Amino acid sequence: MSTTHPVIEISGVKKVYAMGANKVYALRGVDLNVSPGEMIAVMGSSGSGKSTLMNILGCLDVPTEGTYSLDGIKVNGMSRNQLADLRNQKLGFVFQGFNLLARTSAIDNVELPLLYDRSGRKLDTRAMAAEALGRVGLGDRMDHQPSELSGGQQQRVAIARALVTTPRLLLADEPTGNLDSRTTVEVMALFQELNDQGITIVLVTHEPDVAQYAKRIVEVRDGHIRRDHPVLNRKRAEDDLKAMIAAHVGEEDDMPATEGAEAA
Amino acid sequence: MKQTTLLKVASQNIVKNKMRTLLTMLGIVIGVGAVIVMVAVGNGAQTMIQQQISSLGTNLIIVMPGSGQIGGASQGAGTFNKLTVDDADKLKRDATLLSGVSPVVSTRAQVIGGKGNWRTTINGVSTDYLTIRDWSVSSGELFTDADVKSGRKVAVIGATVAANLFPDQDPVGAQIQIGHVPFQVIGVLAAKGQNAGGQDQDDVIIMPSTTAQNRLSGNIRLGQILASATDANGINAAQEEIKGLMRESHKLSTDGAEDDFTVRNQTEIAAAATSTTKVMSGLLAAIASISLIVGGIGIMNIMLVSVTERTREIGIRMAIGARGSDVLTQFLVESVAMSVLGGVIGLLVGYAGAALLGHFTGWTTATPVSAVAIAVGFSAAVGVFFGYYPARKAAALNPIQALRYE
Repeated sequence: MSTTHPVIEISGVKKVYAMGANKVYALRGVDLNVSPGEMIAVMGSSGSGKSTLMNILGCLDVPTEGTYSLDGIKVNGMSRNQLADLRNQKLGFVFQGFNLLARTSAIDNVELPLLYDRSGRKLDTRAMAAEALGRVGLGDRMDHQPSELSGGQQQRVAIARALVTTPRLLLADEPTGNLDSRTTVEVMALFQELNDQGITIVLVTHEPDVAQYAKRIVEVRDGHIRRDHPVLNRKRAEDDLKAMIAAHVGEEDDMPATEGAEAA
Repeated sequence: MKQTTLLKVASQNIVKNKMRTLLTMLGIVIGVGAVIVMVAVGNGAQTMIQQQISSLGTNLIIVMPGSGQIGGASQGAGTFNKLTVDDADKLKRDATLLSGVSPVVSTRAQVIGGKGNWRTTINGVSTDYLTIRDWSVSSGELFTDADVKSGRKVAVIGATVAANLFPDQDPVGAQIQIGHVPFQVIGVLAAKGQNAGGQDQDDVIIMPSTTAQNRLSGNIRLGQILASATDANGINAAQEEIKGLMRESHKLSTDGAEDDFTVRNQTEIAAAATSTTKVMSGLLAAIASISLIVGGIGIMNIMLVSVTERTREIGIRMAIGARGSDVLTQFLVESVAMSVLGGVIGLLVGYAGAALLGHFTGWTTATPVSAVAIAVGFSAAVGVFFGYYPARKAAALNPIQALRYE
């Protein structure tokens, strides 16, 4: 693993969707570099193109124009299978709706990405999954199913699943969108802790509060990057959590998620 | 993905939807079960017919009157019956490949004696008859060559005749009247059952051929001559020998003249009968396999529902690195596992069904061992065939859209 090149290198990326006879420009030319160890918040209203940018960053979609290199590997022109392998090895996804497999234990969920590993390495997938769950503080909930876990715990399982392959980049799409304020801070504290350990994180959010936990904010509007600036007075989620506990504004830790958050 | 993991994932998904899986498998269970039962019935019928044909006799060869022509129009078999006792005697004397020869003089007559009267078939034969027909006398004894020569009025009656005329006494030694001629019953034939045509072979009386000709039929022509080849593999050679001797006996020139008799053997009769039942059992299996196809469509239906239902799951799997082929394999394994499981259950149901059917109808049923392989193989093929389309649909999903699917 070399750290000489940026994790993300995007230049002149455009994405055009054909909606019948009309062409919709989702991205109109985006340049973005992300260095190892960064923690970036991508902000923007709906329709701004941030979801498209996220899909391209996540190798779920390919740009119509422009180039994208992930960890020095040029993504343009890759086949579906190559993209799948790249996602497996280089990326970890965290979604708004957790997207865990229902009726599947936490450890089985975390183990899943390792089962699709095609590198031919001999992996102790069980031990790796257990270790990742330990890292997010759920070492004692390994055999719980998503329905038996609170929203915050489910999101931590999802983070463990993203971490288990030791990816170059952690992509989080509205990771706190379904969480209450205290759990939001808890999850952000976990992201900050992982970032401190050297993991590069890109998170998409529309909550300015959440963006303040990142090191750098990228604002997308109308398919362009409008602002790209470092966060001054970066908040530490850990401190906020302590303040919350002190003020007794926190809610029950084990409150289950209120929205149907698991995958069907 | 490793095979064990694939199987684990498939079995998890099958177990998660027990009721649905069960109902889906039911189609395959019924399909395979029906095929097994039908094959068992068809096979049983074939075995039964073969048994009945072999009950006709050992290495049996039948000589029958040939057909004749009047002015170029064929008059059908037996029109000009030229079979005589002399033919039978010549075969008996000169044939080297035969272990027994018996003329058969056949007629029907009213029999009076014992408790009442009974109309039955009278066969005038020689002493070789029982050996040829692989038959025996259950009580009393058969007439002798001397009886045949002298035309003695003795009869050996079949089990059905004995049961009707002498329901509760030993007929041996009794007097009966056959067409106004008094006979002495000297034996009772062992029960032989029905023949391939469903006729009761025990409804018969046998007596010396000479007696039958002189006292009952009054005809010097024979209905047929039965012979038995010494060796099972030599039936065809024996048949040729008979043809030659018969032509000699009938003084047919070596060139041109057609046979005025027909020679057939047991294998020919058996082949005709088995080919009929083969067609029947093939037809039955074909009809039953339609239900297997219907079951396969059921699997396809459920797998399509399952793919739609689990679109989100497919999206997740793809996002974390599953290739299209991984998703395809997963769904294929699931449908194959379901259909093979259904096939195995169907196999058991089929065996049980065949046994029950045999028990209640009295039909012979025989399930060939190959049916196991065929049932499991076919149901797996059904799973692959009908599971492929839904699985390919799943594999072709766009991960972005799949993840967004509600």
